[in-house]
Amino acid sequence: MTADSSTRSTSPAADAGLRVAAPARARRRTILPGFGLTLAFTLAYLSLIVLIPLSATFVKASTLGWAQFWRVVTEPRSLASYRLSFGASFLGAAVNAVFGLVVAWVLVRYRFPGRRLLDALVDLPFALPTAVAGITLTTLCAPGGWVGRQLAPLGIKAAFSPLGVVIALTFIGLPFVVRTIQPVLQNLDAEIEEAAASLGASRWQTWRRVILPELWPALLTGIALAFARAVGEYGSVVFISGNMPMKTEITPLLIITKLDQYDYAGATAIGVFMLVVSFVLLLVINVLQWWSGRRAA
Amino acid sequence: MTRRLVLGALVVVMVAVAGGVLNARSDVALKEQTLLNVSYDPTRELYQEYNAAFAKHWKGKTGEDVKIEQSHSGSSKQARAVIDGLEADVVTLALAYDIDAIAGKSGLLPKDWQSQLPRRSAPYTSTIVFLVRKGNPNTIKDWDDLIRPGIAVITPNPKTSGGARWNYLAAWGYALKKRGGDEAKARQFMTALYKNVPVLDSGARGATTTFVERGIGDVLINWENEVLLAVREFGADRFELVVPSVSILAEPPVAVVDAVAEQHGTLELARAYVDYLYSEEGQEIAAKHYYRPTLASVAAAHAARFPAVELFTIDAVFGGWQKAQTTHFDDGGLFDQIYQPGR
Repeated sequence: MTADSSTRSTSPAADAGLRVAAPARARRRTILPGFGLTLAFTLAYLSLIVLIPLSATFVKASTLGWAQFWRVVTEPRSLASYRLSFGASFLGAAVNAVFGLVVAWVLVRYRFPGRRLLDALVDLPFALPTAVAGITLTTLCAPGGWVGRQLAPLGIKAAFSPLGVVIALTFIGLPFVVRTIQPVLQNLDAEIEEAAASLGASRWQTWRRVILPELWPALLTGIALAFARAVGEYGSVVFISGNMPMKTEITPLLIITKLDQYDYAGATAIGVFMLVVSFVLLLVINVLQWWSGRRAA
Repeated sequence: MTRRLVLGALVVVMVAVAGGVLNARSDVALKEQTLLNVSYDPTRELYQEYNAAFAKHWKGKTGEDVKIEQSHSGSSKQARAVIDGLEADVVTLALAYDIDAIAGKSGLLPKDWQSQLPRRSAPYTSTIVFLVRKGNPNTIKDWDDLIRPGIAVITPNPKTSGGARWNYLAAWGYALKKRGGDEAKARQFMTALYKNVPVLDSGARGATTTFVERGIGDVLINWENEVLLAVREFGADRFELVVPSVSILAEPPVAVVDAVAEQHGTLELARAYVDYLYSEEGQEIAAKHYYRPTLASVAAAHAARFPAVELFTIDAVFGGWQKAQTTHFDDGGLFDQIYQPGR
């Protein structure tokens, strides 16, 4: 504590005077000491947790050689599984973007009995073991289940179809969207809406021109998180999808089947391909976010 | 200052607790011998009872206490875990191919492991049968009835389930025999069969759940022990067992993982553990859990429980597991061609 107050007393000018080599722009004081030290920790930590396991998969996949790697990742069966995995994940994230936004709005803007209970419910898909979620959803959506029974006369097959995969991925993605939007909405004063209204904006204009631009970055983050989580999801989907090759086989299942044949290299090849695609997609979302943030400013 | 002290103390306590938890296993190991049996899914109840019986037998024989831990999951998942370093003293898996993989990839046991115990290391056997709904509304009697249009067949995915591979091979063996050894016709049969499969569960238990709990499908193909268990658990008033005219002799093998047991100093114990499976008591327990005993006297006593069926072996029809695996189940094999014709 004492050390803190003593440095605080030194003026920025004196600080700059001490460091002759420092550029003319005054150095910003930060709470954590030393850029070098914290960056070192950042790199060490990221390497340990993320980069080392990831590079291990790349090393394993590289044992295949390029031609064979390409053959494995572009097999018709692999292609069909990417279509399902990425497509269903995207649909799930899109559904959550719309309804997650509504849920977050209601939870933040309105006061009603049971609000806290509802708020806690949002986290359940996080906490529930994925296998439990999968079995529960399958029981509900199977032809004899509560939901499946209603849908069957309409000719809609909920379980054991691509729709089932979308349902499971929507379920697990919900908290990501709600939880990223909530804090931003909380900081968004209702007065801004009043100001917009008093300046003659219609409800739609206020929503479109005032609120959405503020929420957009958080919404994109939420979508990205929900999407990324869904692409890698295995536990809940295998129960509801039916696992039919070429039809309802998700990419993580394809990886497991390769492992069950002791084909480690083939499994990691598909894993690496998924990683690269996911990384590119997430990067695109980040760029989009940066771009929209700049436009708003 | 006090807060920092409290925090520091908390960290010390947490580290100590974590260390204690991690060390607990080795403390136990000092007091009594521990054996880890790594097995597949449907044997859970069988080994729970067998472990207790063996511990009693071992105590009586040597006066030593023994603690047996068991681990269950899909057969090839378990094999992979052992290859990757799970320290199993004994493996009891669904197919010889998985133990072959352990021997081939890790060298923890000799490649000729299967000849080290009687009866090709299979103390108990099983076969593949059908489960249908009460009254057999579709009059399903044999394999040929499964390819009739409109019959929904439930069987798990041979890519992820050991039991499903036995199902597939049983059907193939029947078709080959019935069609005079014509392989093209057998392939037609298999294509028609899998066309009738609406869901490929990832494991044998999952397939039972789909059929029994979710009410999907007209017939379930599964292990005899799994089907008999389902009839007992869910009631003979809801389900019926159907035995096909021909099926496969399924031999779930057992083996001591020599290198691991030697390192643990449990080699003698592990050998006694698998040997005792062949004893009268071990065979009785196997029969109780619906596995076919191999000891003649026990088999005779339980003959009523296991219907007579003509059985063929995997060696006779497929030339062993290695060959069956490459021809039928590896990527691009005959099973894949059912779903991706013309490759």
